[in-house]
Amino acid sequence: MSTERQKKIRNFCIIAHIDHGKSTLADRLLELTGVLTEREMEEQVLDNMEIERERGITIKAQAVRMIYKAEDGEEYILNLIDTPGHVDFNYEVSRSIAACEGAVLVIDASQGIEAQTLANVYLALEHDLEIVPVINKIDLPSARPDEVIREIEDVIGLEAQNAPQISAKNGINIESVIKRIISDIPAPRGDEDAPLRALIFDSYYDSYKGVIAYVRVMEGRVSPGQTIRMMHTEKEYVVTELGYLRPGGQIPSDALMAGEVGYICAGIKDVRNCRVGDTITLASNPAKEPLPGYKKAVPMVFCGIYPADGSKYNDLRDSLEKLQLNDAALMFEPETSVALGLGFRCGFLGLLHMEIIQERLEREYNLDIVTTAPSVIYRITKTNGEVILLDNPTNMPDPTEIASMEEPVVKATIMTPTEYVGSIMELCQDRRGNFLGMDYLEATRVMLNYEMPLNEIVYDFFDALKSRSRGYASLDYELSGYKESKLVKLDIRLNGEVVDALSFIVHVDKAYARGRRMAEKLKETIPRQMFEIPIQACIGNKIIARETVKAFRKDVLAKCYGGDITRKKKLLEKQKEGKKRMRQVGSVEVPQEAFMSVLKLDL
Amino acid sequence: MTGTQDIGIYIHIPFCVRKCRYCDFASWSGMESIWEPYIRAVVRELELKSETAAGRRVMSLFIGGGTPSLLPYAFILSIMDAVRRHYRLLPDAEITIEANPGTLDEDKVKAYLDAGINRLSIGLQAYQDRLLKFLGRVHTARQFDEAVSMAQRHGFSNINADIIFGIPHQTMDDWLETLSRVLSHRIPHVSCYSLTIEEDTPFGRMKREGKWQDPDEELERSMYHTAMEMLGEAGLEQYELSNAAKPHHRCRHNMNYWQRGEYLGFGAAAHSFHNCQRSANTSDIRLYMEGMARGNPVLDECYPVPDEEGLSESMILGLRLTEGVDLDELSTVYHTDVRLKYREKLEKLAERKLVELEGSVVRLTKRGMDLANQVFVEFI
Repeated sequence: MSTERQKKIRNFCIIAHIDHGKSTLADRLLELTGVLTEREMEEQVLDNMEIERERGITIKAQAVRMIYKAEDGEEYILNLIDTPGHVDFNYEVSRSIAACEGAVLVIDASQGIEAQTLANVYLALEHDLEIVPVINKIDLPSARPDEVIREIEDVIGLEAQNAPQISAKNGINIESVIKRIISDIPAPRGDEDAPLRALIFDSYYDSYKGVIAYVRVMEGRVSPGQTIRMMHTEKEYVVTELGYLRPGGQIPSDALMAGEVGYICAGIKDVRNCRVGDTITLASNPAKEPLPGYKKAVPMVFCGIYPADGSKYNDLRDSLEKLQLNDAALMFEPETSVALGLGFRCGFLGLLHMEIIQERLEREYNLDIVTTAPSVIYRITKTNGEVILLDNPTNMPDPTEIASMEEPVVKATIMTPTEYVGSIMELCQDRRGNFLGMDYLEATRVMLNYEMPLNEIVYDFFDALKSRSRGYASLDYELSGYKESKLVKLDIRLNGEVVDALSFIVHVDKAYARGRRMAEKLKETIPRQMFEIPIQACIGNKIIARETVKAFRKDVLAKCYGGDITRKKKLLEKQKEGKKRMRQVGSVEVPQEAFMSVLKLDL
Repeated sequence: MTGTQDIGIYIHIPFCVRKCRYCDFASWSGMESIWEPYIRAVVRELELKSETAAGRRVMSLFIGGGTPSLLPYAFILSIMDAVRRHYRLLPDAEITIEANPGTLDEDKVKAYLDAGINRLSIGLQAYQDRLLKFLGRVHTARQFDEAVSMAQRHGFSNINADIIFGIPHQTMDDWLETLSRVLSHRIPHVSCYSLTIEEDTPFGRMKREGKWQDPDEELERSMYHTAMEMLGEAGLEQYELSNAAKPHHRCRHNMNYWQRGEYLGFGAAAHSFHNCQRSANTSDIRLYMEGMARGNPVLDECYPVPDEEGLSESMILGLRLTEGVDLDELSTVYHTDVRLKYREKLEKLAERKLVELEGSVVRLTKRGMDLANQVFVEFI
């Protein structure tokens, strides 16, 4: 049973697809509960990072406490936990969900349910969350709320006839959402006097306070000065400060009690000692069991990241270290490439995670980086019985030493309007997808299920899906296991020399097409030089494709008189800058784009 | 840099009948009404800057454009007059005026000679009227022949012709015809330019819009090599990437640029290099004239060139000359061991057969002349 104190608390998250209005609704709720005045509010407070705002996605979970005075005069504490909205961060999402009793499900009145939304709804249902459906963007001419309501009922099995129909953007009907949160979502429970069990659903590194853990106290209570223990990492710390969360800051408090959401600082230096999903208990009176569901983040996608300017290697390492302070899932270790010099092999939760890290390195840390084609982890059984895990194609053993190879496969769910089904199925077939089934969500929308090799998804699959469906299809996937597969290593030789950074592993049936396309693409990207450059795609010693970059015959400024000198110097400087952005691979100058352009082979 | 060398003077006349489609110089058609005030402004500038050149001898004067020969000769005479009045123009100075066929007449030629102008640079570009039309030129090939003959008849012997290769639709036969026609006049200087597409020109726009077909590179280079060979056989030895001349007829004014000598520029968009400083007058004619009326020149840019950059300039300018660069000489000028400083680069370039080293002299190879930028960037 909830105590009187707990009865005034509601802990909830918002589930929505990208662009369906999650952040806008969150902003409205903040506004309505007076946490923020309109003026205080730089648009969409919860998405803090520049990249989050630009892409309209949430990468890091956030939490905020709101006070709402209901019509009956009672004051309610509403804790909104904003979850990341992408498949890469599924685990983080599951922890945020585990911290709540309910979820507001925001569905765009024109778009209907998307794959990612559905995945998160199922996640919420698994955790017994009460779901409050909300139809957003009701004021758009294309809104079709009745169909969407039927979709929610048919697909999710939720009663949605009375779902609030709102426009978060224009502030229509927002209050009805709050009323439903209070009436429908159960208050938290949990014995305040039991040993402490607090779930970490996110953590941040703050240069003054150290790691700040965002927690939901499930049982017991905690106060500053007490010694806490991380039940999985078994580290102990003394709480220096704790309290509640508000946008852009924290409000310290004397204690956090069962049912409450807040933050804890305890002089923790490393986010890896404060992992999402871990349970905090008291060293003096520890709980018997940690909360269920803890997993250590496992990277699925790998790529090499190199500084464009070799002398920036240390800067790159420092930046990765700083990013890692906040991102326990990011892994990196030094590696050396013949073509690219010193760099790092980095592991990510998925493609988006990878892109985000790359972008943050470039923008926040001002680094020019070169990344190699993403790879997954292959499992290789050697003829001597040894099993190795391979995350870098360069390290692939000689084919004669390989008894068998396995690659990771995922279960992919794609939702799309029916008109694109044919073209999407074609795409999935082409990507070695194994059709599992198709369900109609409504007359005009279907859900396709495929088993697919992850290595097909990490190459521009998402882009291809979007372009074949004019942006309407959505994708979700989860790792389902490993499968034996006929894989080969494809090498690229420039002027006869293998460029290690361009090697990748591919299914034997696709090697020819990809090798050919890659050679063509490199021919477009590598500028002509003073000598002819053969580009060869090879499997072992067998050449499967060849292109040639012809030599240029002329590179000269015909005129240079008194009035030209300044301008010609600038031209030459530009040419020199261009040269700097080139990588010397043997005798060939390769532009950095070449290493990345091969990611988009458009096959 | 010493402050005692002889200097060059450049005077810019930014007017022409019509702008050629490849031209991105500061020049405008029409505007007859401002010719006179413009010349007044130039004369004023010559007065204003005379202090700058105090004590310096002027060894060359170049009146370029645009098309200086388009203007009534009286304007040219008043410029000559102002130069002589305010500067120490050497008696044997090279004095060049640029002219276009079709704008030159007997009176002008005579007046130029009387004013002491002793070199004529005529823009022919191509000997085929269809190519002239394509380039946006306003004259015919025949008018070129007439202009040269007439100038020679009146006493001009030091004549240059500008010709262009690498024009779309230009065949090797066209080019050979152009060369032999030019040589038939027995002029002592020819400039052969590879057609360069500049952004801010009609050709540049065509290129941007994908409507431009670059000529075949093999053909283009073969035109270049053929030209230099033919000119050489006719006694005009190549002395710079795009220039060939009979002995003692190298353009002294331009040699001064390549040897990184000092010069003063007058007129809109004219550049100067003086006291280790490069500057450029505004290219806006009206702003230029307003500035001069106030006695206060308006500049587009002005920046000092420190020695380090000076050396780099000396390399990229000097290597344009077939005689090359004497590294020991530069070592003296810049008080640094230039041979040591560039040793690795030079060895690499020599290995790639782009330059050749002979004692302290480095020069471009024949291959290096085709790929000169690859050499220059090493010294930037």
